[in-house]
Amino acid sequence: MPDVKMIVNGKKVSGFVECRTLLVEFIRNDLQLTGTHVGCDTSQCGACAIHVDGKLVKACTMLALEANSCEVSTIEGQANDDGSLNFIQQAFKDHHGLQCGFCTPGMVMATADLLKTNSKPTELEIRDHLEGNICRCTGYHNIVKAILAASGQDTSHIAAE
Amino acid sequence: MYNFEFKQPKTISEALTALKSDEAQALAGGQTLIPTMKQRLASPSSIVSLSEIPEMKGICKNDDGSISIGGGTTHADVANNSNIFPGLVTLAENIGDAAVRNRGTIGGSLANNDPAACYPAAALSTGATIITDAREISADDFFQGMFETALDEGEIILSVRFPVPSLSSYQKFIQPASRFAMVGVFLSNFDNGIRVAVTGASEEGVYRWVEAEGALKDNFSESALNDLLIEPKGIIGDIHASKEYRAHLIKVMTKRAVKSAS
Repeated sequence: MPDVKMIVNGKKVSGFVECRTLLVEFIRNDLQLTGTHVGCDTSQCGACAIHVDGKLVKACTMLALEANSCEVSTIEGQANDDGSLNFIQQAFKDHHGLQCGFCTPGMVMATADLLKTNSKPTELEIRDHLEGNICRCTGYHNIVKAILAASGQDTSHIAAE
Repeated sequence: MYNFEFKQPKTISEALTALKSDEAQALAGGQTLIPTMKQRLASPSSIVSLSEIPEMKGICKNDDGSISIGGGTTHADVANNSNIFPGLVTLAENIGDAAVRNRGTIGGSLANNDPAACYPAAALSTGATIITDAREISADDFFQGMFETALDEGEIILSVRFPVPSLSSYQKFIQPASRFAMVGVFLSNFDNGIRVAVTGASEEGVYRWVEAEGALKDNFSESALNDLLIEPKGIIGDIHASKEYRAHLIKVMTKRAVKSAS
């Protein structure tokens, strides 16, 4: 089997994979980083969203070998160095931006991607950027609120809590 | 997904050699091919990834004013490039979602020629030229029906050259689950004529709505389209939209394109 090497959350990792191994399978099964979820396995839901070389991608729709030599970030690499929640995770917690939590890793990775290029996104820009992330619990309202709060914006016009 | 052999060439010539092997399949961004392979609708014995070939990426403006986009350029890179004209920006920034746009490529979209894909409408409407390793193919000759193109086995799209229209617009009625076009209309207005390409609607894939082009040439306004009739025959009908509904949408989206062209 071919070998694959990458940097995941700042650490060098390597392994042997079948050519057909998906990136999400390598991350979950080989690296045991199970925070990246598989919701649909058909590129719709975004629970597997991670960053590869700084770009948001769906890890269920990319081969592990395509990420060879790349830098990968997953939800496990998002917390602060002391283990506390980072500002996005904290905002999701504070504003009830999750219920069952299954979509949350993807939501946090998509948010981190958005805020990298747009530090003060509007509600519309947030909703547009989350187009590929499906949540079946929250109705999205509090997710949007959490992201507005994470970017230091007023959330008083978002009614529901 | 059945297993396969995986190659990731760094140059076009290495890719062409790799694609000569039996049942080899080029992999662009993989946003269609990987799901297709998961469903075992495709089971190539060898995958040749085109994503690590620098010569196939990038966007440049040519001396004659046209724009060339490398076949391996992602939708996100097209959407964020300042050389791109308005209709094409709208198109690229509304394909799929943010994650899909970071992987999917223009060459992959055109080579696949999904009947509801966005890029074929832009290529046909602007009269783009598809440049492969072997030849240059006019968009008028390139699209040959649903999922069919003029490409030969092992032939790959190196770049696409777009003439820049003075006015353009892409209007997509989104199928909300797939984010493909229920109906999408790309309108290009050049000094020497208007071209209207429709995607998502026909059982034959992308096509030009010639009657609308004629009507708009004489009178570039929404009202010029009022009297045109579109027969539902040959239009796609499914659980998302009937033939009649899609036929109706073609005119609606074309009117929106006229109104918003810039």
